Amino acid sequence: MNIQPANIDIAEETRIRPYTMNFGPQHPAAHGVLRLVLEMDGEVVERADPHIGLLHRGTEKLIEHKTYLQAVPYFDRLDYVAPMNQEHAFALATEKLLGITAPKRAQYIRVLYAELGRVLNHILNITTFALDVGALTPALWGFEEREKGMEFYERVCGARLHANYFRPGGVAQDLPAGLADDIMEWCVSLPAFLDDLGCLLTENRIFKQRTVDIGTVTAVEAMDWGFSGPMLRGSGIAWDLRKNQPYDSYDEFDFDIPIGKTGDCYARYLVRMAEMFESLKIMKQAIETMPDGDIKVNDYKISPPPRAEMKSSMEALIHHFKLFSEGYHVPAGETYTAVEAPKGEFGVYLVSDGSNKPYRCRIRAPGFAHLQALDFMSKGHQLADTVSIIGSLDIVFGEIDR
Amino acid sequence: MPGEAFKDLADYIEEKLGDAVHGHEFFGEELVLNTKAEHLLWVLDFLRDDKECAFGILIDVCGVDYPQRGEERFDVIYTLLSLHQNHRIRVKIRAGETTLVPTATGVYSSAGWFEREVWDMYGVLFDGHPDLRRILTDYGFEGHPQRKDFPLTGYVELRYDDELKRVVYEPVKLTQDFRRFDYLSPWEAMTDVQLPGDEKAVIPPHGWRGPPTKATKIKEGKA
Repeated sequence: MNIQPANIDIAEETRIRPYTMNFGPQHPAAHGVLRLVLEMDGEVVERADPHIGLLHRGTEKLIEHKTYLQAVPYFDRLDYVAPMNQEHAFALATEKLLGITAPKRAQYIRVLYAELGRVLNHILNITTFALDVGALTPALWGFEEREKGMEFYERVCGARLHANYFRPGGVAQDLPAGLADDIMEWCVSLPAFLDDLGCLLTENRIFKQRTVDIGTVTAVEAMDWGFSGPMLRGSGIAWDLRKNQPYDSYDEFDFDIPIGKTGDCYARYLVRMAEMFESLKIMKQAIETMPDGDIKVNDYKISPPPRAEMKSSMEALIHHFKLFSEGYHVPAGETYTAVEAPKGEFGVYLVSDGSNKPYRCRIRAPGFAHLQALDFMSKGHQLADTVSIIGSLDIVFGEIDR
Repeated sequence: MPGEAFKDLADYIEEKLGDAVHGHEFFGEELVLNTKAEHLLWVLDFLRDDKECAFGILIDVCGVDYPQRGEERFDVIYTLLSLHQNHRIRVKIRAGETTLVPTATGVYSSAGWFEREVWDMYGVLFDGHPDLRRILTDYGFEGHPQRKDFPLTGYVELRYDDELKRVVYEPVKLTQDFRRFDYLSPWEAMTDVQLPGDEKAVIPPHGWRGPPTKATKIKEGKA
């Protein structure tokens, strides 16, 4: 029996006209509140237009109305996957304007926790990336390990996410007894998990089919689009601020910078995977060689006096009151200070007019530049590949929308 | 203090670009190049392509508002990074509400969204930008929220109206006045050296003992 009437041209009937499709803002593969307007030709993406700003809270404007100390918690709310790394940039920028450097022990604690943040960030990114392309197990396994890492955040500052721990001049408080040993134990046991994770993905046929040769970025394109971090290294450029422009004590640690060869989603996955092992190396060194001493600058005009002293010393009480009401005045000037956050170069451009509040605090988020390139990266790819590309970009809307 | 090599770089750029550069400043180790909107593209082109400079990455474009400066109230700042030479530079231009700043999208592709954000937040116009829409604020938003004369609370707030079955905008109602504490204390000015932060102090009859602090200069928009 002939189903199709003979007089209809099948080619004419099945041709699909270009159409526009809304992806998000509520979509599990959008990694937050991304509204992506896609112009499609059949299954092929012709233009991707990300609409961002759904999580815009005006952080930069709010910081202009807060003292330097009150500005720190806003940085936890940017990239909430690795909160301490953003605080790090602000603390360093403020220290630069104040003309102070944190004591050695504080620097080592900051390095330790910045690297812990990097591992936690990469675990989250790799597992959710795998989830986007169809693998559920990595996410289930990864979040268990991640939760152990979040506990170390909680033990040092009382909060799993909004740490408020790195302060201009050092860190809020010293490591509690026994914490360093427990972190060390975790560092020793984690590689076994990472190897398991690698077994699930690295040679996984489906994972490779979804990521190899998808969203390829050449080195020249990566620079042109302002990439940084694993996005830049995935395209074969050996650039890491921890090595090239070391801050705090990074120049005292021994670690390598993994780079990708192909610049596709798979290369970025491999770079992040290798980076976690390097981070663990740094964390172990930091714990082993952690010096004793102060954990914040010994200047009560900048960092608060110990609680016990306030019970007996009038001066300490006055300092405490002044610090938490007026704050400190920062000499006029400006600085752009960047750190190697897990997602790329996170920079703070701070302008001070000599008062106790920043005149301008510009936050340069790596994800903003990466998401911008989504249009050129997904052009000509299929819709499902766009999901892979978004996963490999490692975007978090807290920092993109600010 | 800036290293010798960095000073040489500043002199080299000034020599090569001639009148296009209106001086440079050092903030600690950081080099800032002042220029004008009409020379911007030439300067950026040179900084990217010159072998000595090789600033291959445009890291950031941002604005700063100095309303007390009058006509040219905005600074637009381009932060560049050179991977080959491993150094950074900032290019600073001044712009007003009607100045047409040429777009840098032809030189660096990454400028696209950064310029959209400066337009959204400050209202600086970029001439020739392929897609100058708002980026972070809501659809149909009015005003430029990062200007200093834009209130922190904004002008409108929104809620879901159950009768109209949609989100409606209403003027902001504050149950308590916005509190802005003034921390400039008069007793900080008991010496006759002008300390940062005591701009309210009465000027001593013989004037300040030292030059005015940078704070005063920034307040007056001269720095």
